[in-house]
Amino acid sequence: MKLTVNGETREIAGTESLNIDETLVTLKVADPLYVTVELNGTILEREAFGTTQVKDGDVLEFLYFMGGGGQ
Amino acid sequence: MSLRADQIERYSRHILLQDIGGKGQEKLLAGRVLIIGAGGLGAPIALYLGAAGVGTLGIADADMVDVTNLQRQVIHFTPDIGKPKVVSAAEKVRAINPDVTVHPHQEWISAENIAGFIADYDFIIDGTDNFATKFLINDACVLGNKPYSHGGILRFDGQTLTVKPHESACYRCIFSAPPPKDAIPTCSEAGVIGVLPGVIGTIQATEAIKYLLGIGDLLTGRLLTYNATSLTFREIRIQRNPKCPVCGSQPTLTELKDNSDALNVCELETT
Ligand SMILES: [Zn+2]
Repeated sequence: MKLTVNGETREIAGTESLNIDETLVTLKVADPLYVTVELNGTILEREAFGTTQVKDGDVLEFLYFMGGGGQ
Repeated sequence: MSLRADQIERYSRHILLQDIGGKGQEKLLAGRVLIIGAGGLGAPIALYLGAAGVGTLGIADADMVDVTNLQRQVIHFTPDIGKPKVVSAAEKVRAINPDVTVHPHQEWISAENIAGFIADYDFIIDGTDNFATKFLINDACVLGNKPYSHGGILRFDGQTLTVKPHESACYRCIFSAPPPKDAIPTCSEAGVIGVLPGVIGTIQATEAIKYLLGIGDLLTGRLLTYNATSLTFREIRIQRNPKCPVCGSQPTLTELKDNSDALNVCELETT
């Protein structure tokens, strides 16, 4: 299946559906414990990662904490 | 309020702009902006808002200028090392523009004092370095109904979002709680390219100016991310989250408290 991930097309071969947890692993997303996931414009609850499926054509955004700026 | 002859000259390039004019410049001079953090982000924010003639600038930071700050915190100069950052910043802003009244607040922002601080200002800017304060600013601005600009930088990446409480998504709509200690690398561990806060801070200052003028479209409902390495900006649409703990339909966070579990991202730099 083809996904749009942070604006780029990513192909995941050999499967038509994965849940969010599996997608994070498959795409080798950094810091999976602290990433916020937006699927097709909706921010997902962390508890729903295991039960939310992504499918061909879905748009995913992985959003990261960025804390610097002061010192 | 009407502009003096010297002000008409000083702000002539603003006054020439159809969307600003003399009336807009008067709005800026009547405007009150609180900058929390006088570091990497706070530096360009204070310099540009001061130069623009935002009439009252509060600058809050308890820290002292350190030599490692000078690579990016362009409001502080080498002879300022050891000086309180708010004193150093206030001196520069006053030197640029004597029209500006600067209120230096040499203290850390906390759950106890933040509501009192923000109440006096029209627009708040988060230029802090740690998640505890970032979440506190968000919560205080949402609960106090103050528009504010979030900004964050790390390595070669930056992000910014403007929040109009109860109208647009807030920081907690995206990130419901601060990351635990040690989860996210600190600036001193991970580094940051010195020009990065110039880009993000200048966008935050632009938002404050647009808000005071009442012009244009604010960066609300969209998180702007910037990567310096690839020189790419991206905009991610963010809807208000009905389950947001502070601005959602059933908020669980109705009074301010310090997020003491969250790591001070750059605290190692001063110890
Ligand atoms: Zn919210």
